[in-house]
Amino acid sequence: MFPFCFEWAWDIGHIIFFGGFWYAIGILGAGMTFCIGKAAYDTVKGGHGEHH
Amino acid sequence: MDSALIPEGVKRCPLPKFLFGLAIVSAVLLWGVYAMFLCWFKGLNQTNMNDYYGFALWIWADLAVIALGGGAFFTGLLKYIFKVDELKNIINFTVIIGFICYSSALLILAIDIGQPLRGWFIFWHANVHSMLTEVAFCLSCYFAVLTIEFIPNILENRQLNKVGFFHHLAHNMHGVMAIFAATGAFLSFFHQGSLGGVAGVLYGRPFAFREGLLIWPWTFFLFTWSAAAFGPCFSLTVTWITEKVTGKKLVSDKTVHLLAKISGWMITTYMVAKIIDTIYWATVTAPSMGFKMSHFYSNNGFYGYWILFAEIILGGLIPGLLLVFKGTRENPTTRLAAIILAGIGVCINRWVMVLQIMAVPVMPFDTWALYIPSWQEVATTILPVAYGIILIALAYRYLPVFPQEVELNTPAKTAAE
Repeated sequence: MFPFCFEWAWDIGHIIFFGGFWYAIGILGAGMTFCIGKAAYDTVKGGHGEHH
Repeated sequence: MDSALIPEGVKRCPLPKFLFGLAIVSAVLLWGVYAMFLCWFKGLNQTNMNDYYGFALWIWADLAVIALGGGAFFTGLLKYIFKVDELKNIINFTVIIGFICYSSALLILAIDIGQPLRGWFIFWHANVHSMLTEVAFCLSCYFAVLTIEFIPNILENRQLNKVGFFHHLAHNMHGVMAIFAATGAFLSFFHQGSLGGVAGVLYGRPFAFREGLLIWPWTFFLFTWSAAAFGPCFSLTVTWITEKVTGKKLVSDKTVHLLAKISGWMITTYMVAKIIDTIYWATVTAPSMGFKMSHFYSNNGFYGYWILFAEIILGGLIPGLLLVFKGTRENPTTRLAAIILAGIGVCINRWVMVLQIMAVPVMPFDTWALYIPSWQEVATTILPVAYGIILIALAYRYLPVFPQEVELNTPAKTAAE
């Protein structure tokens, strides 16, 4: 799963599979971090925000 | 008693009546949970799986719910990427249906692997030569996407939304939902496809094997296409059932007609591709491996040409065409028939691609191997249905799932006032 695990090999299979996996996890993680961070900022800044 | 939690402007049944309904479904759920624990504590000897059937009822159920849940990713793709704004009226519900389908698929897999405590091995010790590894990765990640898509709807609960942080979080998540939806569509394309690819690369099973493009057999593309085509029909079916149970109109006809039309065209074009694939397989692929088409549909007590007819004509072409033509699409009876037939059709396709493959004799000394699931397998397959009903009931009662509900259920006179 990680490059420091003994099963890891720097071959095309690992790079494609785990590249895609970490890419997806990265987008989801970054997206959620942004949302949570901005929500915290908006809350501290005050107001109930606009309705959607 | 729980009125403070119910969305503003809508009516729900009294709490005791609601709890009584939940109790009935929970009894079914507990039956499934009991069977699940039997499988976990006593092992897979509780099932009727054997050397012929390493994939059995659970894997069929898995593939079927994943196909039926395809409405979530396809509707999300249309709404957030292709900007089909009309679908905003049903997107929350398709996400909930998708969430139920995918969490059910993961639950079934957790039972099927026999040792759920070792489920993480598939990530830690990944076999990067297996399509099922890709399925596991994409399935897990896509379930995370569905959870993220479901969270804003939960946070819009009347009480939770009063909390400033939750209100802002829901708002911000809506703002970047297109990114999550695009990621979900990417993941769905690959895991739906790889589930089909698993069957298509089985060159030792002439009933399943297909040629293809590069490393992907045609079944890869057919599975993705069929999930996008049939998934919305299941969303419409569940919406119809919810409307009948609640006695309310929840989604406007305009939205239903649009989704039905898109689904109809997707099903019809898919069926053209599927028919071409079947003809090529029957006339070229299977004969090149020494088999006639009749070999796969005769000399046994269950699998005949009827299943091919049921999958392709009854559960494919007919519902597709019923949804393509405006007259039958906008007629509630024929539309209902079409969306139900479509759901059955895709389930038959997954059955054929999982179980008929296992049943067909391959070696000259082989015979047909038919399989009947044990009650534990049946109970654990019904378990997700009960879980789904409970989750939909809770979501409908406490969350603003249907944005048009108030408007569609306000009498004209009151609305005018």
